Amino acid sequence: MSVAAPQGLQALRKLLGPEGLIERAGGFGPYECDGLSAYRARPLAVAIPADAEQLGAVLRICHEAELPIVPRGAGTGLSGGALPHPQGITLSLARLNHILALDPASRTARVQCGVRNLAISQAAAAHGLYYAPDPSSQIACTIGGNVAENAGGVHCLKYGLTLHNVLGLRGFTAAGEPIELGSMAGALDSPGADLLALAIGSEGLLCVVSEVLVRLTPKPPEARCLLASFGTVTQAAQAVCALIASGLTPAGLEMMDQAMTRAAEDFVHAGYDLEAAALLLCESDGAPETVAAEIEQMRAVLQACGATRIEESRDEAERARFWSGRKNAFPASGRMSPDYLCMDASIPRARLAEMLAAIEAMQTQWGLRCANVFHAGDGNLHPLILFDGKDPEQLRRAEGFGAQILETAVAMGGSITGEHGVGVEKLSSMCVQFSRAELERFQGLKQAWDPAGRLNPGKAIPELRRCAEGGKLWVREGKLPHPELERF
Amino acid sequence: MDSLRSRVRDAAAQGQALELVGHGSKRFYGEAPQGQPWVLSREPALCGLRAHEPAELYVTAGAGTPLRELEAQLGSQGQQLGCEPPRFGGEGTVGGLIATALAGPARPYWGGVRDALLGLTLIDGRGELLKFGGTVMKNVAGFDVARAMCGAMGTLGLITEASFKLMPIPQAQVTLRFDATQDDAIYAANQAALQGLPLSASAWWNGSLLLRLSGLEASVRAAAKRLGGDALPVDLALGFWNGLRHQSDEFFAGAVRAIQAGSGVAIWRLSLPPTTPVLKVPGEQLIEWGGALRWLVTPLAAQAVRELAERAGGHATLYAALDKSAPAFTPAQGAEAQIRARLKSEFDPKGIFNPGRLG
Ligand SMILES: Cc1cc2nc3c(=O)[nH]c(=O)nc-3n(C[C@H](O)[C@H](O)[C@H](O)COP(=O)(O)OP(=O)(O)OC[C@H]3O[C@@H](n4cnc5c(N)ncnc54)[C@H](O)[C@@H]3O)c2cc1C
Repeated sequence: MSVAAPQGLQALRKLLGPEGLIERAGGFGPYECDGLSAYRARPLAVAIPADAEQLGAVLRICHEAELPIVPRGAGTGLSGGALPHPQGITLSLARLNHILALDPASRTARVQCGVRNLAISQAAAAHGLYYAPDPSSQIACTIGGNVAENAGGVHCLKYGLTLHNVLGLRGFTAAGEPIELGSMAGALDSPGADLLALAIGSEGLLCVVSEVLVRLTPKPPEARCLLASFGTVTQAAQAVCALIASGLTPAGLEMMDQAMTRAAEDFVHAGYDLEAAALLLCESDGAPETVAAEIEQMRAVLQACGATRIEESRDEAERARFWSGRKNAFPASGRMSPDYLCMDASIPRARLAEMLAAIEAMQTQWGLRCANVFHAGDGNLHPLILFDGKDPEQLRRAEGFGAQILETAVAMGGSITGEHGVGVEKLSSMCVQFSRAELERFQGLKQAWDPAGRLNPGKAIPELRRCAEGGKLWVREGKLPHPELERF
Repeated sequence: MDSLRSRVRDAAAQGQALELVGHGSKRFYGEAPQGQPWVLSREPALCGLRAHEPAELYVTAGAGTPLRELEAQLGSQGQQLGCEPPRFGGEGTVGGLIATALAGPARPYWGGVRDALLGLTLIDGRGELLKFGGTVMKNVAGFDVARAMCGAMGTLGLITEASFKLMPIPQAQVTLRFDATQDDAIYAANQAALQGLPLSASAWWNGSLLLRLSGLEASVRAAAKRLGGDALPVDLALGFWNGLRHQSDEFFAGAVRAIQAGSGVAIWRLSLPPTTPVLKVPGEQLIEWGGALRWLVTPLAAQAVRELAERAGGHATLYAALDKSAPAFTPAQGAEAQIRARLKSEFDPKGIFNPGRLG
């Protein structure tokens, strides 16, 4: 703790009042971890500013008092990004939850950082608009957290990630100075290096976001989904490439292998084809003429790739049924095994078949099963490595298996994380993907924004001496982080 | 690559400024170049396609590769870059595309340069070869340094190669023409976007609004029917959008003639909220990007143009002029200016890359 910390806490008390500052350990419970509950810590205090003005003041006080700051949205992050700093202030942005303006003519909404992702779409619905990026945590996660993680979802294949749907940010530097990036009025270009792109995905290390200008998308009048069965995983992976290569951009393109399909069927009774080695969910949305034409083309490609069965949703209820197993894949996995590691790697789509074959071979090598359910259209894998946590030997093997998947992804030209971020979870894996010089530039970049290193220290970019362990989302004893949410 | 790195290290050791040049087609853009010109398009190590995976929708090319060559290769596979980069005088390189981040008519609909970019490698001011991003669609490991290079005007490092996301050339394309005042055009283009029509470009000049629709045959046909207007013959439409994209059309050609004749006008590029009402200024105007980009050819003083843009919530760039005594770009202020300066010294501690090019 810094020498000035007590004065800092005193100043925060005065500024925020008792409802805005939690100092009792008894009140820390909900803040001790994010969605990666294997890591827990207690902060010095939790500050909950009521508006942007208070937020700026909190940051200036912490700057004076040399207190580390950990920004926190809804705490649904899956890499420990919002994990408290034991000597720092957790900065809850939950009260900055107002939609400030919604302009249908320019198709934008100006919202505070604590607004939930889904709340934006709900507010925009009256104008026939929605906010396209849809992480499966969307009923809970905040737009500030989405910006910090560059979050994605099923719609991102067609409509882009957070990066492609945010036009401007307003916020504060670690020292509490106001900053505006991109355009908060909705202009598309800004002069100089693209600092907006740099801030997006920076995991709360560069600045605290208080306000976001998001782009809204017209709601497609129709959506239809194809559910295709394949006799081999390789054929399904080839169909993914063939679909993309044929010039189509599905509104969603997801894959489940047989292990996953069986577990999901047990859980939701969607009527999935249990004989299929892999299932593809392939969706089209848009004007009715577009959907009709696209679905025809998609069907032809799937057939040519050897689909053994193709079902087409006839109405919204049926479409929801097709998706139900995919959306509940994670809780369903609990039926296969009490513990699993959820990896989050990203690879070139063209190497999907090769990667899935490699994972299959690794199952034998490590003596553990692995189920696959993932954003096939983006090449973003989420292998679930099943093991028994009561057996330390199995945990060791599961971790080795996971690390090998990440290394293989990097060797194939992919990335150690496609959407969950690095946080504290994947610090070591950063050393697999980046060279020493690259990691040094990341450190330098951090210093350019936050010379004292007070914003979310110890996250996202590793200290250079640390390059050892593998990363993990360890679901213990079937206990999931945020069990109330649908899973992807 | 090693010889390029050692040239950078030598320059850094001697404190010698380098002007990074692709084809020099955008030399007029930004502040006056300084330093010893280094023509990267003549460096064999920086030229040529590294990988093109049509099924994967990505391409990797050396930074000195001519856009002409890159786009010919993509076109032969029925693909393109969504950002529709301009080729001034038929020239332009991959590195210059990223450094200037100038995107074409499809910008508001298919995205800008940063949206198409997936990753790049660069040589920083210490002579280190660094790789950021990659070829995959999703990658959130580390800071997004690759996209930060967009618009940096080559001041942060020498880009050596880059990977882009591709899109298929749309099956069908129709351009509709309407008689319209500026007011009506701005309103109509925004309304069309609000209805979710498959727009891919929009422009107003000289009493005409042009809307380009792209996509599947069936959806383009249905949208065209809803919008009405006169469908332009295919060749004429292609000529129009290419003229706009590469700035070889009469609006730009006339403006450049006027500048060179010493008439005292300048070309300004204003990036504004799309619904900004008509700008009342002397001279000629052309509107692109559904209202979000306004080109002014005007004798108005720099300060007046900047204030106009600022009031509307955007900013103005002095694009081309004989008298470039005013700053080309709206200068950054406060914490942002400080961060930009520190970023520059982190990536280029000796200040050798394109000093002053950004102001
Ligand atoms: C069931 C479940 C499903 C999920 N599905 C997806 C998915 O499909 N796609 C996906 O991408 N992610 C998914 N996630 C991960 C998570 O929801 C996202 O990363 C989300 O963006 C986090 O938002 P949050 O508000 O909860 O942020 P938090 O977890 O509170 O914080 C995440 C990071 O952002 C920083 N941060 C938060 N707010 C701000 C701010 N205003 N300014 C600066 N930094 C800030 C924090 O410091 C932290 O580093 C899922 C999570 C769960 C639990």
